[in-house]
Amino acid sequence: MNSNIPSVVINFAELNFASLFPMIIVILGALSILCIDLFTKKSDKSLYVILSVLFLLMALGAVIGFSGPVRGMFDLMLIDGISVLAQIIILISSSFFVLLYLNKMHFHETQYPEYFALYLFAVAGFMFMVSTDSLILIFVGLETSSMALYTMIAMHNRHNAIESAIKYFTMGALATAFFAFASMIFYALTGSVELSIISDVLVESGFENYAFVIVGVIFMTGALGFKLSLVPFHAWVADVYQGSSAALAGFISIVPKVAGFVVALRFFEIFVAARDPYVEAILYVIVVLTMTIPNILALLQKDLARMLAYSSISSAGFVMSAVLIGTTQATQAMFLYWILFLVVNLGVFTLLWAMRNKDYENYESDYSYNRYAGLVRSSKYTAIVMALFMLSLAGIPPLAIFWGKMYLIGSAINSGMIYLAVIMVLNSAIAVYYYLRPIVVMFLLEPKGEIPKALSNSSKALRFVLGTCAIFTLISVFLIEPLLNIILFYVQSSGF
Amino acid sequence: MDYILSILIFFPVLAALIGILVKKDSIFIYGLIVTFLEFLLSLILYSLFDVHEAQMQFIEEYVLIPSYGISYLVGIDGISLFLVIMTTFMSFISLLALNEKKDLKQLILTVLFLEMTMVGVFLALDAIVFYLFWELSLVPMLFIIGVWGGKLRIYACIKFFLYTFLGSMIMLVAMLYLGYIYYATTGIWSFSLLDWNLLLLPFDMQLWLFVAFFAGFAVKVPMFPFHTWLPYAHGQAPTIGSVLLAAVLLKMGTYGFIRFSLPLFPDASVYFMIPMAILALIAIIYTAMLAYAQEDMKQVIAYSSVSHMGVIILGTFALNVEGIGGSIFLMISHGLVSGALFMLVGMLYDRRHTKMISEFGGLASVMPKFALVFALMLMASVGLPLTIGFVGEFLSLLGFFKVSPLIASFAGITIILGAVYMLVMYKSIFFGKLDNKKNEKLIDINKKEVLALLPLCILVVLLGVFPKIILTPVNTSVNELVTVMEIKAVKEKTKNTLRLINVVGGK
Repeated sequence: MNSNIPSVVINFAELNFASLFPMIIVILGALSILCIDLFTKKSDKSLYVILSVLFLLMALGAVIGFSGPVRGMFDLMLIDGISVLAQIIILISSSFFVLLYLNKMHFHETQYPEYFALYLFAVAGFMFMVSTDSLILIFVGLETSSMALYTMIAMHNRHNAIESAIKYFTMGALATAFFAFASMIFYALTGSVELSIISDVLVESGFENYAFVIVGVIFMTGALGFKLSLVPFHAWVADVYQGSSAALAGFISIVPKVAGFVVALRFFEIFVAARDPYVEAILYVIVVLTMTIPNILALLQKDLARMLAYSSISSAGFVMSAVLIGTTQATQAMFLYWILFLVVNLGVFTLLWAMRNKDYENYESDYSYNRYAGLVRSSKYTAIVMALFMLSLAGIPPLAIFWGKMYLIGSAINSGMIYLAVIMVLNSAIAVYYYLRPIVVMFLLEPKGEIPKALSNSSKALRFVLGTCAIFTLISVFLIEPLLNIILFYVQSSGF
Repeated sequence: MDYILSILIFFPVLAALIGILVKKDSIFIYGLIVTFLEFLLSLILYSLFDVHEAQMQFIEEYVLIPSYGISYLVGIDGISLFLVIMTTFMSFISLLALNEKKDLKQLILTVLFLEMTMVGVFLALDAIVFYLFWELSLVPMLFIIGVWGGKLRIYACIKFFLYTFLGSMIMLVAMLYLGYIYYATTGIWSFSLLDWNLLLLPFDMQLWLFVAFFAGFAVKVPMFPFHTWLPYAHGQAPTIGSVLLAAVLLKMGTYGFIRFSLPLFPDASVYFMIPMAILALIAIIYTAMLAYAQEDMKQVIAYSSVSHMGVIILGTFALNVEGIGGSIFLMISHGLVSGALFMLVGMLYDRRHTKMISEFGGLASVMPKFALVFALMLMASVGLPLTIGFVGEFLSLLGFFKVSPLIASFAGITIILGAVYMLVMYKSIFFGKLDNKKNEKLIDINKKEVLALLPLCILVVLLGVFPKIILTPVNTSVNELVTVMEIKAVKEKTKNTLRLINVVGGK
């Protein structure tokens, strides 16, 4: 009987093991941090931070140096241009965000080396998400990273940190269920969990069983929408940002979404390329709602972190519109926007992190606007740099995000979506109001009570990150062309 | 001097950056020297400028984002030349008259930064770079109003910012669309105005693009009904903010109409000629009536600005050489005169800390020199012949008379309204009995103030008597502009209208 089954012969070269190298390096890094903790007593957190940076940079080298075939590991891995680009963004931003833990004050979570291991596991999870088109592996990557994130938020060990971790976890579990259900439907419809095959089968059959397809799309939208914080799946964002430390909130605002966007791009491409009217309508509605509703909510916030949370939801809506537009220029704009957003958000959250102190009980909330009243009197340069980032977020030329916005709106116009462009523009105008508020508070108001002591949590590393971001923001006009060329190179090579 | 335009744009901001190192108590002199050098630079530019050449001069181009066709492109012609000189001149004069104690260093650095953006707007020929300076000018103004302003300053500065930002974002959509149209027709990305001027656009497209640009410019001018931010901004701004706002920032809007809307959308411009004139007419009459009802003298001048901007729009949309040339002249003269008026009100405010008309009366007896200067500026403001105000107003109305004698004569009569509210204000401040005791010890203008006001007085009379210095180069470029419009018009009807309103002497 046994002889009837053909023996499986695996050729090592065909495995394309190199496609796994970057993730392996990151995971090895995580494991070695755990091992070091076993054998040494009380190593300083700086060791773990720098080790993480080291492994992330090694992985970055492996990603950039990768030159094997696009497919690997039984077609599970898909290292196309988009994947390489997304991994580069993930790795660079993660190495900057981990640097933020070289802060001056001591916080609960960084006493545990496990924290950095979890950080690296999360990064590895995101890297898997972008380097595959198998729904199963995406699922695994998504779960690995989400589990790590839930724990990391809770490790901040404050009242609202635990609240937000539980909130994130509960909502995340629901999203996971959605994802599994959507995968199941597509497997039932097409007999495969690989997006490329799903696409082929669906297109060939002319989207047979359309009702089921739509149900699958809706569930998938729910799952991705949760990760990307699209309206109406955004309710967790503000609480999580407020509850987690600024360093982690910044990470959550950028890195998971890069992974999410790539998955969304791969998934919705099937339908956008086929000009499916219903899916396009769903996307259109979600994009418009995601841009508009959080914008209006952000107007009402009295806390800087919550405001930034809503602003990042709105930005996610902006970027999501690139998926809807679906041209090469739009994909290019999507990455450009997100890279610029990454730089500015990194700057803002670094600044919040550097200003963190333990007198938060004097104010209504940790990042209450009142804390920053009259900041310009106590620390002129902090206030100016913060204003720089806020103006950039508001889209004032020639500061970083303006170019992303312009290019994105341009790509909407070029594909004939004038109304979408107008909606984007109106939203940018609304957004200016809440981005101006911190500036008004810092520059125009008198300090309430004690003059806030700025940068109490700062260190050389934080100042380095801050300076890098500020300079990048200022001279961004000269960096757009090279960035566009790099993005175009990777995007075109994978045919989006 | 190939790089003179770039030097002109970036000199103030570089000086401001170095100026951070200057100590607080010496920054005033530093600011004066920098703005004076900038003014000298603009005069050097004028001496090098060929007044008989209608095309752009001193063009500089550096590529910024080639894959999207964006480059740093600057140039100057007769239309922008005097606006630039007026900008540098008013920046210098307004600093000279500055009497602010609070955070002086920051204020002067902010003004220098503002000067860069203002000069940049008038010189940029690439739409995106134009937009860049245009938006950037909001930031220093936000701080000038917000930090050094009056009681309602935060409300005023945010209102100012939001209004103008919303309008200009819509303009940005139109700019990106034009860039795309250029790409679709030629296969090359370009946001250069010189390239765009070669485009022939279908009528329907012109209409909505005109409206989108209108959104950006009309808010800035400000035209009725988008003018509501202006009284707040002026009312709350410190003197230097009001001076620069009235003298320069408002002119960006009218300049935008002439630089972008007219040559790019000739058919739409002709189509909207009468609606624009009616909006302008409403602005002239309505805000003149509002000005009459104000109790705060700064508000009177603020509303009179809106009214005068209406005349400028009327002249621009006469679409003939007299009208457009006149409106450009009026931009310069209104810049000088309203700037001077705001400075005078500021001087009074520094002495008495109130701007209420009812607090004053009979000042002519204690401040005769001040009263004299005020009278001169007031006459220029209402357009007395032989002052600078008359030339522009007359030419603008003359231009529009060819289009519609009815509207032009209506607008002409309503200019009397301007004389009414200004003279009533003058009467209640300077004549009558000196019945408020606080006013008895007011000191007349001092040497520093004379130094700031004297050049303005001289210019007001000189240019009123001999406007040709400005009108010749302006008209050379405007002639070219009108010709371009006629050539580019896609409808025969537009060409006929343009020809008809440009015939001299009705032949």
